[in-house]
Amino acid sequence: MSAGDWQAVGVTLRLAATTTLVLLLLGTPLAWWLARTQRSRAATVVDSLVALPLVLPPTVLGFYLLVLLGPQGALGQAFAALGLPPLVFSFWGLVAASVASSLPFMVQPLRDAFAGVGVRMTEVAATLRASPLDAFFSVAVPLSRRGFLSALTLTFAHTVGEFGVVLMVGGNIPGATRVLSIAIYDHAEAMNYAAAHALAGGLLLASFAALLALNLAHRRRTVAPA
Amino acid sequence: MRLARRTALGMLGAALMPVHAQARSLTIAAASDLRFALDETMRAFRAMHADARIEVVYGSSGKLATQIRHGAPFDVFLSADREFADALHRNGFAAGAPRLYARGHLVAWSTDASLGRLPLADLVRDVRVRRFAIANPEHAPYGRRAVEALRSQGQWDAVQPKLVFGENIAQAVQFVQTGAAQAGLVALSLVLAPALAGEGAYTGVPEAWHSPLEQSMVVTRRAMDNALAHAFVAHLESPAARATLARFGFAPPGEGPR
Repeated sequence: MSAGDWQAVGVTLRLAATTTLVLLLLGTPLAWWLARTQRSRAATVVDSLVALPLVLPPTVLGFYLLVLLGPQGALGQAFAALGLPPLVFSFWGLVAASVASSLPFMVQPLRDAFAGVGVRMTEVAATLRASPLDAFFSVAVPLSRRGFLSALTLTFAHTVGEFGVVLMVGGNIPGATRVLSIAIYDHAEAMNYAAAHALAGGLLLASFAALLALNLAHRRRTVAPA
Repeated sequence: MRLARRTALGMLGAALMPVHAQARSLTIAAASDLRFALDETMRAFRAMHADARIEVVYGSSGKLATQIRHGAPFDVFLSADREFADALHRNGFAAGAPRLYARGHLVAWSTDASLGRLPLADLVRDVRVRRFAIANPEHAPYGRRAVEALRSQGQWDAVQPKLVFGENIAQAVQFVQTGAAQAGLVALSLVLAPALAGEGAYTGVPEAWHSPLEQSMVVTRRAMDNALAHAFVAHLESPAARATLARFGFAPPGEGPR
């Protein structure tokens, strides 16, 4: 693999790690709120919004982000007014795009895990005079660790595999926005099939390994006696 | 648990590590027909500026121009025609007037040599040609010229049901090369690339059948003070670079800047 390919691997891992971290911080409170207020009308609307990236073509998301974050867009102009560098065609623009497109992969497993055990047990903890924050971290989080494991793995893996959104707002810039999926596309277009094979095969194996590890972890926890 | 914490810290560290900033850098946005010719031309330029970070991004001219309008960090734009470069200049996205650097050529190409040698009218009607590849005429200059050429020869109606559109001219070539399309109207510069050396046969499309591919370049507004960008423009106008482009079938641009 060439130096450029390793650079694409680096950008991809950095993007996936950053996105997962941001979504963990944003998604956990959101999932908790959704789990606790499942029957409210507001929760139903928010739930649907969270699921949108699952059904929308990534290009739709990419198009709106491009319009919003570009120099003529509302957010783009706000950034320029604050003296910040533009988000489109930059690494942090990709982070923003990936956070939007991977949102359901973080929120949905967490929401289900919280709804399963966390909420009820936290209420029990509250009767034992645990503060809400204490109850959340010492009761809900440990009980929902399988949900966290799924959410983190799926978010990371989905970000690694993202293509459409990145193609729209990324611009294929080496070292900043050329992620693995784009590098493969580029190699194929340059008819450099050996390089495309190396990256595509590596990605295939890595994705399978991640999912296999996740399933093994789930099985162990399910089968092993408590 | 400790492992989990260490992994999380590692993730945070990786996330916050900045892309190494370098004093001298140049990002070139180039039309896809230059994919192989420019790589070769760049070798000498990179050697001259070994300390600089130089990147080339390929795509259709229209797509790259749109990205520049949306703030993409490109310093030099090499278009496959003059229209996209002119429009950027007209709308204030360029540091100076476009400069002509080469003339591109359209060819009808097939990996099946017996097809590649047919006149255009026979080629598009041949039953063996089930799919005919061109670049997307919406934003790829070679695609626009292909449509013009097919229309001028009265072949548009015959070819239309067979058409497939590459996102840029390199993808149209890829369609033909992989056999997904049996023939296409593509860039001579790509057919002459070593990666395809001698595959099938091609027939030149007379320039009279379409408006010329006057390939023009501009330094973008953001790179107005980037000395490396201006050095690259001068490099591409040097006799050595012109000779390399000529080997890939590009004609010289004629008398200096137009």
